[in-house]
Amino acid sequence: MNPLLLVTLALVALTGTATVFVRDPARQLVTAGVFGLALAIMFFAFGAPDVALSQIVVSTVAVPVMALLTLARLHRDDREGE
Amino acid sequence: MSPAVRRGVALTALAGLAAALLVACLGLPDFGHPRGPYATAVIPLALDARHVTSVVAAVTFDIRGIDTLGEELILFSAAVGATVLLRSQRGEDDTRAAVERQRALAERTPAPVRRVGAALAGPVLVLGVYVVAHGQLTPGGGFQGGVVLASAFLLVYAAGHVVRLQRVRPVALVEAGEALGAGAYALVAVGGLVFAGAALENFLPYGTTGQLLSGGTIPVLNVAVGVEVCGAVALILSELLDQALLRHGAP
Amino acid sequence: MNVVPYAVAVWLLAVGVYGVVTSRHLVHLVLCLAVAQASTYVLLLAIGYRTPGRAPIFFDIPPGTPVVDPVVQALTLTDVVVEATVTAVLLALAVQAHRRFGTADPDRLGELRG
Repeated sequence: MNPLLLVTLALVALTGTATVFVRDPARQLVTAGVFGLALAIMFFAFGAPDVALSQIVVSTVAVPVMALLTLARLHRDDREGE
Repeated sequence: MSPAVRRGVALTALAGLAAALLVACLGLPDFGHPRGPYATAVIPLALDARHVTSVVAAVTFDIRGIDTLGEELILFSAAVGATVLLRSQRGEDDTRAAVERQRALAERTPAPVRRVGAALAGPVLVLGVYVVAHGQLTPGGGFQGGVVLASAFLLVYAAGHVVRLQRVRPVALVEAGEALGAGAYALVAVGGLVFAGAALENFLPYGTTGQLLSGGTIPVLNVAVGVEVCGAVALILSELLDQALLRHGAP
Repeated sequence: MNVVPYAVAVWLLAVGVYGVVTSRHLVHLVLCLAVAQASTYVLLLAIGYRTPGRAPIFFDIPPGTPVVDPVVQALTLTDVVVEATVTAVLLALAVQAHRRFGTADPDRLGELRG
């Protein structure tokens, strides 16, 4: 159980906790992107490059962009309703 | 139930669950010494029988190909579901308002963003095609490359060049691409049934290990999945972007 | 030391579910669900890890070197893709719920009837 695995696991736990406790969605999606990156680094350390590539691509491109577009849509629906 | 009561109940329940799970995890094999015989049996099968160097790609697209078929159909139906939920019947005024909004937004994008977006779109496209094509040799493959290709589409949008073709509507292309990818995967599965007696059986010649065209049906399935994932992600993003411009054409 | 990866997986699950239960915004809820889903990735990869930790790609290492379990990685790959699709559908549902009820607070959905 080498130190690299321990450090990456600790980073994952820390960023995961941070993602949950940031309440504002617009800030939370940036934290979620960092959480995804920490997970990807952990996957590389665990010897899983395929999974790490998928995780990078999903969690830093797809999910934050979708969440941001949803927030923009909700904001615009709010403004149109007024 | 008030929020404070709900929080208390959640905390006690989660503490109990966590304790039970940790006790269960103590019974797992030692970390670093897995016992699974499937893993040691599958590696020579992928290397010698299938002539690929990426064992994960061989497991995903050949040995457990039926699971990937299900996963691809999940992606397909999620894209269709999100599209059905987000597309609404909009009147003519709404369309015109959306077009004006799009144009105003494109003009307000700062010049460096537009330049970087335009400059990166081409290389990202090439990178996506590279990742899809080399799936059976190095880490990568259909899913990763497909999302990279979809992000090239996103870069074009961010660069302010609103995607607009006179005759072929881009959304039609994206939908056709997604359906084509999903259909191609299913067709290769049926082809295995027709040519080799079992669905998803690898029926193309295997080639030499380490070359781009090796592994039989694995590169074909990679490309099918890449096209499908690109189409699905681009469709979801374009629905969320509410590109009324893409749907009804520019005036 | 042996139980640290599994402890991180359990912690992520607990924190993610707590976030879902006490959430005040639908988009926040979806991202907390992503944290809970990440616990399964950590668990799967921790189960499949073999101590030298080489990746199961034999492009530049000789066949026969001990590598990490590849079957578990195929499962986790599927898991990651399914997370992305579930997130997409949930976000679309959030947009619809907001349009119908006028609020994105899960506690207040169902109160306002448009």
